[in-house]
Order: sequence, then C-alpha cells, then structure tokens
Amino acid sequence: MIGGHRRFTPLQRLLHWLMAACILAMLFIGVGMVSTVMPKYLTLVSIHKPLGIAILVLALIRLALRLRYGSPPLPADLPEPMKLAAQASHYAFYALMIAMPLIGWGMLSAAAYPVVLYGGWHLPAILPQSDSLHTLLWDAHFYLAFAFFALVLLHVAAALFHALVRRDGVFETMAPVLTYSEVPPAEQGRHAV
Amino acid sequence: MTAPHQSLPLGSLALIALFVAAAAGAFAYTAGWFSPQRLTPGKLVDAFAPPTGVALGHRRNHAKGICFTGVFEANGAGSELSRAAVFARGQYPVLGRFNLGTADANAADATVRVRGLGLRITTPDGQEWRSATINAPVFPVSTPVTFYELLHASGSKDPNAVATFAAAHPEFAPFGDWAKNGTWTGSYAEEHYNSLNSFVFVDGSGAEHVVRWSLLPAAQPVAVSTDELAKRGPNFLEQEIAQRVAGAPQRWTMVVTVANPGDPTADPTKAWPTDRRSIEVGTLVAQQVQAEPDGPCRDINFDPTVLPSGMRTSDDPFPAARSAAYAKSYDLRTAEAKDYPRTTPGAKP
Repeated sequence: MIGGHRRFTPLQRLLHWLMAACILAMLFIGVGMVSTVMPKYLTLVSIHKPLGIAILVLALIRLALRLRYGSPPLPADLPEPMKLAAQASHYAFYALMIAMPLIGWGMLSAAAYPVVLYGGWHLPAILPQSDSLHTLLWDAHFYLAFAFFALVLLHVAAALFHALVRRDGVFETMAPVLTYSEVPPAEQGRHAV
Repeated sequence: MTAPHQSLPLGSLALIALFVAAAAGAFAYTAGWFSPQRLTPGKLVDAFAPPTGVALGHRRNHAKGICFTGVFEANGAGSELSRAAVFARGQYPVLGRFNLGTADANAADATVRVRGLGLRITTPDGQEWRSATINAPVFPVSTPVTFYELLHASGSKDPNAVATFAAAHPEFAPFGDWAKNGTWTGSYAEEHYNSLNSFVFVDGSGAEHVVRWSLLPAAQPVAVSTDELAKRGPNFLEQEIAQRVAGAPQRWTMVVTVANPGDPTADPTKAWPTDRRSIEVGTLVAQQVQAEPDGPCRDINFDPTVLPSGMRTSDDPFPAARSAAYAKSYDLRTAEAKDYPRTTPGAKP
C-alpha cells in the first residue's frame, strides 16, 4: 500500500461510484426478478447475467487498483472498533463483489443452463452439472444477496455518519467531486509536487 | 464523539436512519414483501400441487416422463425465417423427454389428457434451443393470472369449480372441446406436439416473423378409447415408446407457421387461421430411449426461453411465466434430489 494520499485516486473513485450503481441495480433486479412471473422477469434476468459478469470484471480491476494504490488512512482519532469495522467491511465488499458473480455463474453451470450474456454470446460452464452443487450455490447466492444488501446499507449509514456527524474527511476520500476544503492550505505544497 | 462539546446531532442521525429505512423499504417492496397479491413463481408452482402432495424430487408439473436422445435434421428451409444455426442444413444432437401433463409422478398413463415433448437442440457454436410442447392444439387460458385461477379451480374440492371457471372464461372452450372430444392415441410417437406460444424468429436481414411451430408425427395416429388404454397398464406409454424406438427411430416433421399482421400472437387460446404460411424446417428423430432415473433429461429444465440468437420471445406472456415457474420447480426438485427414486443405488446426486 502506498499511504499518505488524502483521497482515493480518481480511477478508484470512478469505479466505486460506477460499481455502486451497478451493484444496487443488481440487488434490486435480483430480488425483483425472482418475485414475478410477468414478462419483465425475462428482461430482468437478461440484465442480471451480463451485469453480474461486468461487476466481476470491474471488481477484479478495482482489487488490483486497491493493491496498487491502497487507501487513505482513517482519521487517527477514529475509535478502534470503528476502524476495525471499516476494514472488515472492505474485505467483505471485495469478497462479495467477486464471489457473487462466480456463485451465480457456477449455479447456472451446475444446472446445465447456457450462460447467455447477449445474443449468441455465452460463457462456458465452470462446473459440472450437479443437483447438490446447484442447491448449495443457489442457497449461497440467495442468502449472500441479502447479506450484501445489508452491508450496503451499513456502508451508506457509515458514510453518512462520517459526512454529517463526524465530519472527519472520510466521506470526502471517496466523494465523486470535491465538497469542501479537501486539502488544507498548509498541505498544498506537499501535494503540488 | 469527536466533538464532545457539541450536543448529539439528532437531526443528522434521524436523516441517516430515514435514508437507510427508505432503502430497505424499497428493497422489500421490490421483493414483493408488501404485495401479497403478486403472482410469484412460488405461488404458481405451489398451485400445481396435487391433493396427495407434491412428488418430491420431481418436476412440479409434467412430473412423469421418459428421456430420449436423437437428432434434429434441419433441411435449411428455416433459415428463411431465422438466422439461428439450428436451421442451417445439417444434423444437430437432441436431448428430449416425453411426458405427461400431471403433477403426479405415478399417474396412470390413461388418466392424463395432456402429453408433452421437451426438447433441447444443441448446435456446434454452443447455443441451445429448448422447448416444451404439448399435444393440445391450443392452451386453456390467455394469461398467467387466469392460468393460476384455473389451477385453483382444478385443485378445488368443489366438483363444479372447473365448470364455473369455464363458464366465466369463454376462451377456455376450444381447449375444453379438445380435452373432451379430441382423439387419444396409444403412443407418444403418434402425437402431434404444438408450441402453443408464439415466438419471434429473426432472419439474416434482421426482419422479424412471429411464429408458432408443431411437430407432426410420421407414425399414423390410431384412435384408441380411454377404456382400452386403461387396460394396457399404468405405464403403457413408456413401455410402448421404449419398444417402438428400439425397433426403429421415430420421426416428426417440424412445421413453423408464420402469423399474419393482426393475428392473435399474444393469446395461446386462439388458433391462427389455417391458411397461414407454413414451412417444413426439418425432422426430429428419436433414436434411443432412456428411463428417467439416471437418464440425461432428468436434470434438464426444458425452459422455452432458452433460445439461440435468431429467436426471441414475443408479446405472448406465457414463455416468461413458464420460465419463472420452471426455474422455481427446478430449484425445488434439485434440492430434493435425495427424495427422487434412483435405479442405481449410490448414484451420484
């Protein structure tokens, strides 16, 4: 990790907000599509699969960026449990962003469904056909989706807590645009290099 | 916390709580938790349950069946309607399943009116065309919601429930007439299977054609009374098709019918006029029959929306409902695999 930055790099921030939109859409599409037999079912399923693969690809790029550029340090006065929670939630996010698409892909493979992305574009099966694997992965996909959404809610609540209550600059590290006084004048010289 | 001199920021905390609650509420709404009247795949599938209880480990409908393998011999004529590889002249492997339209996996063959054919045709580019067709000429109802009502009427303890339903739904009449007066045969090989639902075929120029298709048997259908069929035993259809295919491959001609503008493409209770353009696109050949336990069709979902490039769903609402319900049935039965009677002790699940 390369420390010292006060904000995530622009590419990291771009990916964060792009993926935030994708993941929220994905969770709502997923929970919505399994609740209906109307024609929108097919539309939602046809978005869910390619969007899931897109999230997998973006998550891998993002993981590489995180390993390369690291993250800005948390405020020194942040209580230790909150620091731990912040770090643990990041691990959970990366794990889910990468695992959920793979579980979905594996689940379709284990059921011998073709994994169609668009038109004639399809992905190979990554698992052999298996009732027990399909059931295991289906359950994992289902319950982890709710865990994922709960994590998103927790993350949003924490981000707003930093932005509105603590006002400690943590929100600004990932803010899409500069909100206020990102760089104190005293430190501008250091960043200008 | 960081600013002990400040009073607790109740306004900000309330805003955060409100935001999280609104997001959770939107999620729950999308999931249908506030919409008990929403027709979910689970409700639709549960409505098939026979009074004797569901056949665990089996399909929730069309529960009784037998597998076969063979080929689809495309004659090339279908390419005029769809650029799907399956219509290019050639032979493509087929996995199929002859089945009965019942939720009872042990139903006696002579008691089930609807006979079906599930197909999976695979082309060398890895694409698949799955379908599930039945021997009725039309479907009983026009929408998935009325189908759900029909299932409730069929499962009702009120002996007049179906008659009451039919009286309230005149679109049921053509199916009712076929069910009552249509011919019964003694063989899966003598049945005429119909897609009933319409689909859109897209040709090489991008032009779209709304179609339905049928599989017409090469074997001459012979009418047999249900009394006579009952005497042949509870599994005569499976025994007959296994013997028949062992003797000689069985064939069906696939005929695609193209709708004219204005034809009722969204309503599978309405047959299209008989003068519509029909194209023979190839021949289905059943070459080998396998018992379903440990047969290759058992763990395949014949979801009619698994379509190759060059085909898509139409304004007919049923393929989506079937896809959603078949997936639910598949999820349930694969989770119940231990309840499925195996022929091979200790076979892998």
